[in-house]
Amino acid sequence: MSEQSDRSPHPIPLPQAGEGEAVSPAGDALKKIRIATCSLAGCFGCHMSFLDIDERLFGLIELVEFDRSPLTDIKRCGPCDVGIVEGGVCNAENVHVLKEFRKNCKVLVAIGACAINGGVPAMRNNIDLWDCFQEVYCYEGGLECGQIPNDPELPLPFDKVHPISEVVKVDYFLPGCPPSGDAIWKFLTDLLNGREPKLDYEQLHFD
Amino acid sequence: MSKTITIDELAVPFKEGQTIMDAALAAGVYIPHLCHNPEFKPHGSCKLCTVNVNGRNVASCTLPAVEGQQVLSDIEELNADRLALTQMLFVEGNHLCPACEKTGNCQLQAVAYYLGMMSPHYNHFYPQREADASHHDVMLDRNRCIYCELCVRASREVDGKNVFGLSGRGIKTLLVVNSASGLLGDTDLAVTDKAVQVCPTGAILIKRHGYAVPIGQRVFDHITIKDVQTGGGDE
Ligand code: SF4
Ligand code: SF4
Ligand code: FES
Repeated sequence: MSEQSDRSPHPIPLPQAGEGEAVSPAGDALKKIRIATCSLAGCFGCHMSFLDIDERLFGLIELVEFDRSPLTDIKRCGPCDVGIVEGGVCNAENVHVLKEFRKNCKVLVAIGACAINGGVPAMRNNIDLWDCFQEVYCYEGGLECGQIPNDPELPLPFDKVHPISEVVKVDYFLPGCPPSGDAIWKFLTDLLNGREPKLDYEQLHFD
Repeated sequence: MSKTITIDELAVPFKEGQTIMDAALAAGVYIPHLCHNPEFKPHGSCKLCTVNVNGRNVASCTLPAVEGQQVLSDIEELNADRLALTQMLFVEGNHLCPACEKTGNCQLQAVAYYLGMMSPHYNHFYPQREADASHHDVMLDRNRCIYCELCVRASREVDGKNVFGLSGRGIKTLLVVNSASGLLGDTDLAVTDKAVQVCPTGAILIKRHGYAVPIGQRVFDHITIKDVQTGGGDE
């Protein structure tokens, strides 16, 4: 198998909840699992779905802490146990963020259709980029002075949108557009408990 | 005194002239398949139905059942091959399920769920393929065609029209429409034709019916394709 395998061959090197000194979980002796999340060429739908695990978040937050994430507003990813990436790669900035995640995260998870196969943004893959821009910025109604944004601060767009596994090694894939809160919960609890993540039939979907 | 073959240690009866797939389906034994539809002559192209017969891998939808055959089907090795074939079908086309009206009712997607496909694994081709919206009632989107030839067979054998055909070979295979313009709108295809109903994917869709069934009530939302295709339900 090439580097992007459906099932990661290596056991996850995560600290297990309850590992270490035998103290009450309320104590600081419990080493929290550090998680980073980001959205590249995605719609933040997977992040919204993550919040759909609702009150289970309170239990989760006993076990994990967040590094870079829209939830913390930390701007750079530091060393983490798990990195969760939403969205595909559509521009140069996406590549930088993705590589930063890969470098810092022991386990990298592609969440949602866009991270896994490009998703809805990849529908532009067979349309010439210039045609695309012209349609959006020049011909589409409601725009004041139709011109294509060209500020050097803007990330360079790619001619195609790519799944993140075409840029870095990905350890796990969690499909769905978005995956349901229940699917995310099942996946995370499996992962945090050192089990091979496995979704139930009704939790596995591509839409 | 019927003759039998053995599929995964189960004795399965068959009648003369039946294929292994026919015998399996009649006995409620699921062998994953995409280009096969019991209503039509076998095509043998997707290879998803590959089983091991007396030590050799063969397509079960085309191989006649013969007394005493030892067939292995639901084994790890073959399911891994089936998963790889399914993943190739995904990357060879443009399958963006969230934007496809067939989602939830699609056999390609359902087979992927059944085989536990978490990612398409291979790099995507993102091939350039044409959609054809020229017909008043039927949409043809070649991005999702898996070249099972079911529409071709249905149009010829049932509708007596010969609307569809496959041209080219290998990765250059293309679904073509048999009209002077090459457009679906210039054929005598009717929305009630069998060719319109048989497509296992979202390549042929009936217009103005999109997303009619809500999520949760679609064919494969709760029931696997194995149960749909063997448990009395019909695809
Ligand atoms: S045809 Fe099936 S697999 Fe392809 S995009 Fe549509 S639902 Fe998904
Ligand atoms: S259009 Fe549908 S039925 Fe026809 S060959 Fe393609 S996938 Fe098969
Ligand atoms: S179902 Fe037998 S080859 Fe496709």
